[in-house]
Amino acid sequence: MTAYLIRRLGQAVGVVIGVMVLTFILIHMEPGSVARSILGIRATASRVAIFNATYGLDQPLYKQFWNYLDQVFHGNLGTSYYLQQPVSTLFAQCLPRDVLLLGSSTVFALIISIPMGVYQAVKRNGITDNLLTGTTFTLYTMPMFFFAMLLVSLFAVQLHWLPPEAPQASSVGGMLADPRALVLPELTLTLTQIAGFSRYMRSSVIDTLAQDYLKVARAKGLRERLVLWRHVLRNSFLPIITILGLSIPGLVGGAIIVEDIFNYRGMGLLFYQAALQHDFPILLGSTLLGGVLTVIGNLAADVAYGILDPRVRYAGK
Amino acid sequence: MRASNTESLAAEQLAADGGEVHGDVQRWLGIREFLGNGQARTGIAIVVVMFLFCFLGPVFYHTNETAVNLMMKDLPPSSKHLLGTDDYGFDVIGRLMRGGQASFGLGFAVAGITTVVGTLYGAVAGIVGGIIDGFMMRIIDTLLAIPGIVLLLIMVNIFTPTLVTVIFVLSVLSWLGVARLVRGEVLSLRTRDYVLAARTMGSRTGRIMWRHMVPNALGVIIVNATFSIADAITALSTLSFLGLGMAAPYADWGTMLSNGLNDLFDGYWWLIYPPAILLILTIIGFSLIGDAVRDSLDVRLRRR
Repeated sequence: MTAYLIRRLGQAVGVVIGVMVLTFILIHMEPGSVARSILGIRATASRVAIFNATYGLDQPLYKQFWNYLDQVFHGNLGTSYYLQQPVSTLFAQCLPRDVLLLGSSTVFALIISIPMGVYQAVKRNGITDNLLTGTTFTLYTMPMFFFAMLLVSLFAVQLHWLPPEAPQASSVGGMLADPRALVLPELTLTLTQIAGFSRYMRSSVIDTLAQDYLKVARAKGLRERLVLWRHVLRNSFLPIITILGLSIPGLVGGAIIVEDIFNYRGMGLLFYQAALQHDFPILLGSTLLGGVLTVIGNLAADVAYGILDPRVRYAGK
Repeated sequence: MRASNTESLAAEQLAADGGEVHGDVQRWLGIREFLGNGQARTGIAIVVVMFLFCFLGPVFYHTNETAVNLMMKDLPPSSKHLLGTDDYGFDVIGRLMRGGQASFGLGFAVAGITTVVGTLYGAVAGIVGGIIDGFMMRIIDTLLAIPGIVLLLIMVNIFTPTLVTVIFVLSVLSWLGVARLVRGEVLSLRTRDYVLAARTMGSRTGRIMWRHMVPNALGVIIVNATFSIADAITALSTLSFLGLGMAAPYADWGTMLSNGLNDLFDGYWWLIYPPAILLILTIIGFSLIGDAVRDSLDVRLRRR
C-alpha cells in the first residue's frame, strides 16, 4: 500500500511539473509582446524595456522558468501584470465563489439526478423515462451558452423575474445575501449537470439491476425498497464518483461560459480575461492549480471508490 | 465546462472492467443489432437528412452568398427569403447550408485526425509497454490535467483562428481520450490466447497490431469517433461565442448561432433558432449513433 502511494505521489508530482512546463512553453509561444498588450500600443520603447526588466521577461526562457519554479516553491505565485495584485490574493477571492457556484450546483444536480436515474432505470422505456431521457439528452447536447442565454431571455428580459447578472458582492457572504441573482447561474449549471449525471446513473443502475446478487437479495425475501436502497444505489454510484473526481479541476476552468454570461467573478472569468490580456502569472497559476486539483481529484475518487466498494480496497493491498 | 462526451466515455471505460473480445460472429451480430436499434436508425436518419440539406440543398436552392448587401440586412422571413436574412444581407437558408458544410467538414476532420493519431499512439504505448508506455501515458495525463477549455483558450491565442488551425487545436484536445481507450484495449488484448498464438508462430509486432489488435479495438474507436464529431462542432460554437472563432465570411452553425445571439433581444429569432435547431439535432444524431454502436458492441447488454 505504501509503495503504491509513493508511486502515485511520484506520478502526481511528474504530472504537475509537466503541466507547468507545458503551459510555460505554450504561453510564451503566443505572438505579440506581453508588455505591449499591457502597456498599450503607444508605449515607448523604454517603458517596454522597463516592464520586461521588472518581470524578468528579457531573460532567456529557461531562466524565466527557473525563476518561476523558484518563486512557486517559496509559495509565491507572482503578481498579475494587469491587475497588479498577487495571484494568490486573486485566487483567494475567486476560488470561494467557484466553490459556492460549482459546489452547490453539483450537490443540487446529484440530489435530483440520482433518484431520477434510479427511477428511470427501474421504470425504463416507460413514458416518463422516455420523456426524461429525451429532455436530458437535448439539454446534454445543447451548447451551454445557448441554454444560458435562453434562460436570461426568458426569466430576466421577458418575465423580469430574476436579474440577468450574478451578485457583484466581493465576499461569498455578500453574494448569498442576494440569492435572487444567484438563481440563473445556478440553474444553468444544475440543469446541465443533471443532464450528464442522470444519463450515467440510469445506465449504471440498469447494469446493476442485471446482477445476480440482486436475485439473491430478492430470493431471501428482502423488500424491493431495501434492495434498491442497499444494493442498487450503492453499487451504481461508482461511475458517478469517477466523474465527480474528474470534475474537481473544473473549479479552475470554473464555468467560463456561465461566468462570462452572468459576469460571475470567479476563476473562469479571471482566467478568460487573463488569456485575452496575456497576463502570464494568472495563466500559469491557474493551470498549476488545475494540475494539483486534478491529481487530488483522481486520488479522492480512488479513495472514495475504496470506501464504497470493498473489493477495490482488498485488490489494492 | 461540463465533461465532454469523449472525456466521460474515457471515465466510463476506466470504471468498467476490461473490455470483451468480439469474434467475427459476434461482430456480425453487433451490426445486425445496431441496424435493428431504433436509436441507431433515428440517428442515421437525422444525420443523412442534414447531410443532404447541406450538400445537395445548394443545388436546388440558389442564393447570393458573395455580395454583402446592407440594404437587405436582418430582414424577417418572407416569401423571397423563407428564413429571412442575416447581418450581411445573406439569405439564412443559404447560410445554413454553407454553415452545415463547414460544421460537418470540421467535425469529420477532427474526428479523423484524432482517431488516427490516438489509435496509433495508444496502440504503440500498449504494445511497447514498460518505461516508454509509462512516459507516453504521463504525457497524456499532463495534457488531461489542464481543463480542456483552458488549454483551448491558451492555444487560440497562439494561432490565429483559421479553419486549419481550429481543426488542429480541437484535435490536440480530443485525441487524448482515444489514445487512452485504445491503450486499455490493447493491454487487455495482449494477453489473449490468439495473440500469444500469433506471436509464437513468429508474427512481427506490426502484424499483430494491425491484424489482431486494431480490428478488435475497432468498436471502441468507432464509438469515440462518433462522439468526437459532436464534440468538435460544439467546441467551435463555444469558441465563437467567446469571440475567439473564425472571422466573418466564414460561417458554421455554431458561429451563426453565437452571432445570432447578439440579436437575441432585438427579436431576430430567425438568426437564432434555425441554426440552434440544426446544430442540436445533428449533435443528437451523432450521439444516438454513438450510443447505439456502443450498445450493440456491449455483449452484456445484448443478453438482456
